[in-house]
Amino acid sequence: MCLAVPAQIIEISGSRARVSLAGNVREADLSLLEQATVGDWVLVHAGFALEKLSPEDAEETLNLMMQLQGDGGEEP
Amino acid sequence: MRNLDPEPLIERVNRAARDIGRHVRIMEVCGTHTHAIGRGGLRAIMPPNVELVSGPGCPVCVTSQCDVERMLLLAKQPGLVTCTFGDMIRVPGVTSNLERERSEGADVRIVYSPIDALELAKRETDREVVFLAVGFETTSPGVASVVLQAHQQGMDNFSLYVSHKLVLPAMEAVLSGGSRIDAFLTPGHVSVIIGAEAYDPLALKYSVPCVVTGFEPSDVLEGIAMALEYLDEGEIGSFVQYTRAIKPGGNRCAWDTLMRAFDVADGEWRGLGVIPGSALALKPAFSKFDSIERYHLPEVEAVELPGCRCGEVLKGLLHPPECPLFGNRCTPRTPIGPCMVSSEGSCAARYKYG
Repeated sequence: MCLAVPAQIIEISGSRARVSLAGNVREADLSLLEQATVGDWVLVHAGFALEKLSPEDAEETLNLMMQLQGDGGEEP
Repeated sequence: MRNLDPEPLIERVNRAARDIGRHVRIMEVCGTHTHAIGRGGLRAIMPPNVELVSGPGCPVCVTSQCDVERMLLLAKQPGLVTCTFGDMIRVPGVTSNLERERSEGADVRIVYSPIDALELAKRETDREVVFLAVGFETTSPGVASVVLQAHQQGMDNFSLYVSHKLVLPAMEAVLSGGSRIDAFLTPGHVSVIIGAEAYDPLALKYSVPCVVTGFEPSDVLEGIAMALEYLDEGEIGSFVQYTRAIKPGGNRCAWDTLMRAFDVADGEWRGLGVIPGSALALKPAFSKFDSIERYHLPEVEAVELPGCRCGEVLKGLLHPPECPLFGNRCTPRTPIGPCMVSSEGSCAARYKYG
């Protein structure tokens, strides 16, 4: 339930964004963030960006996720 | 970038466990951690004096039987669309579950986000849409945002069955309920919202280090190493393993959004009973979005599931294999208790990974 994954904002319209998430384009709501811009990395849970991430931190999380990919990934 | 290779982390765990010398119980509060521990096979590589204990942090598992029964009553209402996270769909009521109601004609839909439920209500204006709102502080700010959006847009065919819980009061209930816990691994994404500092009062009151931990097996391994090291050094407080996402003070904007839509209320938990200040209730200004009021849902007397010992498992008093039902009558295919239903339940994780 508490899974959240790094995604990169590719387009913003009002408080909604399109984000690139593991190669897929998904919608994410930005209303829980002070501010966000295209290109930012965010942590997405259940359709909401919970926090901004530095590109390095996003990359580290993605790398760790890759280590065990395909072994029990769950929907949040 | 930090080194999160497993080998040196295992060495750190072993060294700290040797230095401590005594038996240590570390509770991972969050169901997603339980899952990561199983996925990474971490239980098998723990030193003999380090015991990992699963906590009450699986939202589906701690949803009270009364709430489950009332969600089923909702789903049975003719013409209603019930939207839920997938985890909730097989949670057993005494005589049914949402999946069975769906097979018998109820319109139950699995959504990825509460936004999906709101959008559905906007698209299908002739239908009434209910969202089953379960989850901890990771999930509830988004739901709060949806409440504010629904209010702003003047929605009148949308409501929520709110069963949100707060993590900290449950941790305190575990400690005061007689379960000996030496250190906590605290939920990384809840902590993104509430901040690591939120655990300080609990850590000081009960002398337990609280390590905010990420969700990959290497994160959990490092969280365990840190917890053992702090225990060995006698350091008490909140500490952060999951530095990739935790900001000082948490996400104030998300917390403020949460508090604009909800008040803190008493909450009933499976296994832990009623815990004061452990749940969320819609603010009076948003009561029109409260499914309980809208559909006049009655109080349902909670009938516990016969033989099910999920309550003790959730309190850290019983390991899943110690339950007589585990693995014979209660399996992921034929779950009796919610800890076996949810993929993040401690029983399901133990069944799957051993």
